[in-house]
Amino acid sequence: MAKETTIVKCKKCGQETDDAVLRKNGRMCPCCGNYFRMSARERIALLADRGTFREHDASMKSENIIDFPEYDEKLEKAIEATGERDAVVTGHAKIGGIMTTLFVMDSNFMMASMGTVVGEKITRLFEYATENRLPVVGYICSGGARMQEGVLSLMQMAKVSAAVRWHNDAGLFYMPVLTDPTTGGITASFAMEGDIIAAEPGALIGFAGQRVIEQTTGEKLPKGFQSAEFQLEHGFVDLLISREESQKVISRLLTANTAAGRKFR
Amino acid sequence: MNAYEKVGIARAADRPMGNWYISRIIDNFTELHGDRRYSDDGAIVGGIGFLDGMPVTCITMNRGDTIEDRIKRNFGCPSPEGYRKALRLMKQAEKFQRPVICFVGSPGAYCGIGAEERGQGQAIAENLWEMCALKTPIISVVVGEGGSGGALALSVADKIFMFENAVYSVISPEGCASILYKDSSKAPEAAEALRLTASDLYRMKIADAIIPESYKAPEEIARILKKSIISELSLLSKQSMPRLLASRYGKFRAIGTL
Repeated sequence: MAKETTIVKCKKCGQETDDAVLRKNGRMCPCCGNYFRMSARERIALLADRGTFREHDASMKSENIIDFPEYDEKLEKAIEATGERDAVVTGHAKIGGIMTTLFVMDSNFMMASMGTVVGEKITRLFEYATENRLPVVGYICSGGARMQEGVLSLMQMAKVSAAVRWHNDAGLFYMPVLTDPTTGGITASFAMEGDIIAAEPGALIGFAGQRVIEQTTGEKLPKGFQSAEFQLEHGFVDLLISREESQKVISRLLTANTAAGRKFR
Repeated sequence: MNAYEKVGIARAADRPMGNWYISRIIDNFTELHGDRRYSDDGAIVGGIGFLDGMPVTCITMNRGDTIEDRIKRNFGCPSPEGYRKALRLMKQAEKFQRPVICFVGSPGAYCGIGAEERGQGQAIAENLWEMCALKTPIISVVVGEGGSGGALALSVADKIFMFENAVYSVISPEGCASILYKDSSKAPEAAEALRLTASDLYRMKIADAIIPESYKAPEEIARILKKSIISELSLLSKQSMPRLLASRYGKFRAIGTL
């Protein structure tokens, strides 16, 4: 049987590319260099030194705690489509030879919305990092808090923030990298709580949804509104990191912000 | 009474809100303005007063009373400046070892171009981050509608009290219905599904106490609220600071643990 190929069209230049080619190319358009969204596993493969990633809490799985309509089906579909159990993969790895903890959110899983499992896994990762005196690198994308878990998902913003704060107060380094899209309650919590906040060029980063803003205010949104470049210009991110250079830049910042040379050789 | 009827009560135009309760339970309240960075946001009011003789910092969302006042206060939807003013007053309370009492009741943080340009997300995030470790007792009272992240920015507290008819939700029932059923008129069903009532939050151990309202005049509710806050603050202030902060961490840590 012939191997099935999936063709993906670039939103920027219209070029159609085989999915397998994109995967090999770090999900960048071979024609114009535009970034496609990456799965968590692809991101980890790009960042972590080969064979060093150890996953944490891999078996943790969401339940329909408040018995929300259609949530079970949505979860099942997402699990089937992604092969993941929820929207974040956590663990530890070496990046450029430096030991770090790492969480990567996956927009293919319910737009990486945060429910209790996402909140719990990231919280546990920060607690692990605090205990083991390790930095945290977080590749963030999310549509926001997961509506299907009601106010419990909202409270994850406070839960994760508290774990980030305790990690901070232990003198440890946290660097979120904001990717497309980072919105809602995630922007209003751990996306904005890093020592250094980086973003991927072109990513959508904001609090309120663009349609909501247009509908509420009747204002026309300026060009480039809520882009990574817009956030850089307004002073909310430290730097943009291109996908090609991400491993190099992150390992450099990890070296500068940890006692890597002394404690974890 | 169903969940959506409670949403209606929590939002009712004539419902006494945080500013009214401050006027009833706090003596000699002095309002303090501005975030020292950009402006003074009328959607959040803060200041210092005396609770039964004890100095306290009070911060409330304020949606305004008259039409002009409501427009001026942006119908109680805070801008980043509002959250930064709240944080400034909380840090001041920490310095002078005054407890903080926050009152929540607002549709949510303001959605607008300016709010985004000035970092609405960052402002809320910073409040969560600072409140987690603020070295003074914090009580948050949900009086009306607790609207998502904008409400959370005043709710990272040692104790959360919820009025019997107050609600707290990750998304408005209308917003939820338009996503879930593609029909915002199905808000009553969405309200039910979201589990947003005071008793729901009490069951989920997010709310620590419910302030009873049924068959009670606002003046009587204010008396009950005042008594509850005083007795809770006397317990909280007996704890050592590390213990207080550890229990605050524990309170949020436990939410949604599997």
